[in-house]
Amino acid sequence: MGFFDRFAVPHPNPAIYASMVAIGLTVIAIVAGLTYFKKWGYLWREWLTTVDHKRIGIMYLISALLMLFRGGADAIMMRAQLAVPDNTLLDAQHYNEIFTTHGVVMIIFMAMPFIMALMNFVVPLQIGARDVAFPRLNALSFWLFFMGAMLFNISFVIGGSPDAGWTSYFPLAGNEFSQSVGTNYYMIAIQIAGIGTLMTGINFITTILKMRAPGMTLMKMPMFTWSSLITNVIIVFAFPVLTVALAMGTLDRLFGTNFFTTDNGGMDMLWANLFWVWGHPEVYILILPAFGIYSEVISTFARRNLYGYKSMVASMVVISVFSFLVWAHHFFTMGQGAVANSIFSITTMAIAIPTGVKIFNWLFTLWKGKIVITTPMLYALLFIPLFTIGGVTGVMLGMSAADYQYHNTMFLVAHFHMVIIPGVVFAMLAGLTYYWPKMFGFMLNERIGKITAWTIAIGTLLAFMPMFFSGLDGQARRMYTYSASTGFGVWNMISFIGALGLAAGFVLIVYNIYHSIRYASRDIGSDPWDARTLEWATHSPVPAYNFAVVPQVDSIEAFWDAKKKGHILFKGEYEKIHMPNNSGVPFIMSCIFFVWGFSFVFSMWIPVIISTIGIFACMALRSFEEDHGHYISVEKIEETETKLRGVS
Amino acid sequence: MKIDHSLPLEYSTEENRLKVLGFWIFLGAEIMLFATLFASYFTLVNRTGNGPAGADIFEITPVLMETIVLLTSSFTIGLGVHAMRLRNKKAMLSFFAVTLLLGAGFLAVEISEFVHYVHIGAGLQTSAFTSILLTTLGTHGAHVTLGIFWGLFIMLQVKQRGLTPETANKSFIFSLYWHFLDVVWIFIFSFIYLKGMM
Amino acid sequence: MKRKWALLGIVPAVMAVLTGCEPLLVLDPKGPQAQTQAKDIMLSIGIMSFIVIAVFALLAYMLIKYRASKLPADYEPPHIEGSKVVEAICIGIPVIIVAFLSVVSVQSNNKVEAMPKGYEDQKPLVIYASSSNWKWHFSYPEENIETVNYLYIPTDRPLEFKLYSYGPITSFWIPQLGGQKYAMSDMVNTLYLAADVPGEYMGRNANFSGKGFAENTFNVKAVTQDEFDKWVKEVKATAAPLTEEKFKELLEPGHVGQSTYTGTHLAFMPAPEGEHGGHDHGSSDAGEHSEHGESNHNHH
Repeated sequence: MGFFDRFAVPHPNPAIYASMVAIGLTVIAIVAGLTYFKKWGYLWREWLTTVDHKRIGIMYLISALLMLFRGGADAIMMRAQLAVPDNTLLDAQHYNEIFTTHGVVMIIFMAMPFIMALMNFVVPLQIGARDVAFPRLNALSFWLFFMGAMLFNISFVIGGSPDAGWTSYFPLAGNEFSQSVGTNYYMIAIQIAGIGTLMTGINFITTILKMRAPGMTLMKMPMFTWSSLITNVIIVFAFPVLTVALAMGTLDRLFGTNFFTTDNGGMDMLWANLFWVWGHPEVYILILPAFGIYSEVISTFARRNLYGYKSMVASMVVISVFSFLVWAHHFFTMGQGAVANSIFSITTMAIAIPTGVKIFNWLFTLWKGKIVITTPMLYALLFIPLFTIGGVTGVMLGMSAADYQYHNTMFLVAHFHMVIIPGVVFAMLAGLTYYWPKMFGFMLNERIGKITAWTIAIGTLLAFMPMFFSGLDGQARRMYTYSASTGFGVWNMISFIGALGLAAGFVLIVYNIYHSIRYASRDIGSDPWDARTLEWATHSPVPAYNFAVVPQVDSIEAFWDAKKKGHILFKGEYEKIHMPNNSGVPFIMSCIFFVWGFSFVFSMWIPVIISTIGIFACMALRSFEEDHGHYISVEKIEETETKLRGVS
Repeated sequence: MKIDHSLPLEYSTEENRLKVLGFWIFLGAEIMLFATLFASYFTLVNRTGNGPAGADIFEITPVLMETIVLLTSSFTIGLGVHAMRLRNKKAMLSFFAVTLLLGAGFLAVEISEFVHYVHIGAGLQTSAFTSILLTTLGTHGAHVTLGIFWGLFIMLQVKQRGLTPETANKSFIFSLYWHFLDVVWIFIFSFIYLKGMM
Repeated sequence: MKRKWALLGIVPAVMAVLTGCEPLLVLDPKGPQAQTQAKDIMLSIGIMSFIVIAVFALLAYMLIKYRASKLPADYEPPHIEGSKVVEAICIGIPVIIVAFLSVVSVQSNNKVEAMPKGYEDQKPLVIYASSSNWKWHFSYPEENIETVNYLYIPTDRPLEFKLYSYGPITSFWIPQLGGQKYAMSDMVNTLYLAADVPGEYMGRNANFSGKGFAENTFNVKAVTQDEFDKWVKEVKATAAPLTEEKFKELLEPGHVGQSTYTGTHLAFMPAPEGEHGGHDHGSSDAGEHSEHGESNHNHH
């Protein structure tokens, strides 16, 4: 094989060539645009080197939206292929690559950065801090995630995408049955992004434990901060398992080890076990911050304090512990026997109890409230019924004997989409709409927002409810085609229509952003929703130092009390504020990581060695660097505050 | 930067306290990493394929040497941190130097052990058992290697800049890392080598 | 609001379709194991609908009663911490439901893992079902015949399937006879099924196994014991013997249609000896060494 042959796509088709051209043109357009408008310096100074948690949050947000469209395009292709029986729109190989990348992109490169975006932006503001504990590490986290995502996304134009499913079970994902470099991309891109996520976990635990405003004890933290704390604890305990699993997979594929092979004692189910020991906590990493967002939104727009704060916290702690005790329910059919299945069946169903507590607490937060239905609230209200359907089908799947019939079918696919879309995606869209004014200083259009919410909700029901039926009718998941005699056609056609509805909803989001940038009022004050927590106590958009004076807290809803009960949040005079310096090292180091990963994928060992040295050189540089940050003077603070007060 | 003189140097600033806590959390993640490796090891230990089992290849002498060397280095770095608290820069640097030399000694024995394994037909690719054995040992060894360079950089900084809150903080965190590697080795020694030889 | 009520309408609609004229495969069981599972599924759908309706009703009540537009402008919502009684109910009822479902689940687990109910005293027909990319090989060791991509089974007799794979993990599934189980390359899984009624059923690999996965199906024909014996006799009289070369040819990746042979591949290529149990089968030393000789026969 010639040197360049390995970069060719193994199964090219016109769509891939078109994508190559599109990617090329986009890159040229971006480079040309930046040069023409002389924005390179701005981009470097304000974004690529930034260590500001708010800007990092916004960069996560942009990446998440981009990836949402990438994963969404995959989804539409899949549903289009299955819309009619015996369809030939995609061939088997192409379909396999698409459902694999759809899963990976949506979980790792869309949902994860979306929650990271909101955590980065909101948590420091909510606890009254000036930044996270390790701002530069935070930038490194983002850039590692970003480079991992980019590495994964170039797979379909250079060398071919992974095609063994997002779960990448061995031996199917091993060299014997998956010869293209696709699975190498999977192993290495997720590894790079995963390192970034682990660092975020460490960073946010430290931030939340150590940097809360004076008076904010743990049991006075806002619910989103609580959910972030627990999520990050899960990250720290779950991600190292993935690190090891991916490393073993990489060793198997590139260095001929025998962890998961069919020869020499290799054990294929070890991968499945390790993957799900990470994978199940991972779904709680996604859902808990989403629950946090709902708690904030529901309490704000019911105009009431959150019902059962303590049991909300307790239920999240219980969920986080149980999330590590249920992984085997992903393969009840492995043949582990009735006893093991019974144990995992019970732990799985038991998770429904704390989750149910949360649902009821939200319902009781509405009780005696004064419910205002804004776009974020609409998402939250649609979430409750849809998520309940997803949740109860989860209990059904948890009954292991019955799971023998649900496993690997569309029923399962329907279940996890009915959980993740209402649970996570609705929450992220609610959070996006809710925090948009704090991020950018203007609101998204409410009318378009509500139409979007309804479109997405109806699209979700249409797309996924039919799958419950086709699953019970024997349609296995991941089939690229089926014959007309199976009778799956009707269900899949409805699904396809629902998928189009979802697509329309996401186009509406983009339109709403465009519309609001052009027409929305910039004069909205710092607290447009009449909210209850600290992030609304500072200006919109937020100044670099977040709070001119560190707020003093003595209750769960300090800002609400400040508005209604005359609690004084900001005591004392302005003092000079210590801020961290920007740094290009995280970005450069992550670029080297990209080269490292790419060389690894194609087993190009010389660049691997050079880039490895580069990575360590960056770390050494960081070790020797003396960086004491800088101070913002009192005059500068006064100037900024006067200006912002004028705006808001 | 506010310096609180009532606390040891490595804890004296807010940033230092954040870093120590952050590093403890990182060690939590490291525990999970090694726990996963151990769990995989116990799962694969009997899956030797055509290759040798642990009892066939483990030798007590080099392993005992590695153990003694690494345990001693954990003790010397403890002395180093003690010297640092007494603000005795020279003693501290000497103890750190001894620690790193012992670390290098450990690595030398481990590398020769690996060469021996490959030589007798227990390479990385031989079987599931040898794959996980060498990966687990190798991960620990890689940590030690990284630690040696890291420790060296910190020693250079202490030498150049003296004992400041920053260098003290770095040295202290490095000592936590080194102790952690020692603890991991004790598990490797007990559950991989001793159990394998029995 | 109207749409919320439309959502509420979904549950009865679900029930209507489930009990409708054209039953879904899984809910149209033709054997005791599938029966157990279908019963569990219907039971859990019933209980879960109750929960869904309760949540929908509570949500509707809150939305109707406490909308800002329906409340006086000067209404200030009270500060409510939460009540021990309410939370005890919110925890208590789910605990009772989960406990009940756990008991059902444990009982059913034992049922689907054991010889089918009502068939315990009969000697089961043993069939080795092995998968290769993308086919199923069915060996009848007692009858000494082997089929590819179709299965002939007698009704009213327990069936003991021994599952393993030449290649990726697959999952053996005949929805109308019972739920699935994995076939893997390094161990043998056992699945007990039985058919109560003669008929033709769909069987397939349910676990994604690469390019040819969608077509990785097989036909199941359940006939009376007499007819089954007749079929065996006929096969023995007419089918060609299965040689090692022929079997290796069959293992090559691809789709081959149906075929029938006398003799089984077990004679020259026995099934892996690791049995059952994901975690503990690693420690059965006896199985480990021969297992690997076995898997060397995998096609490359």
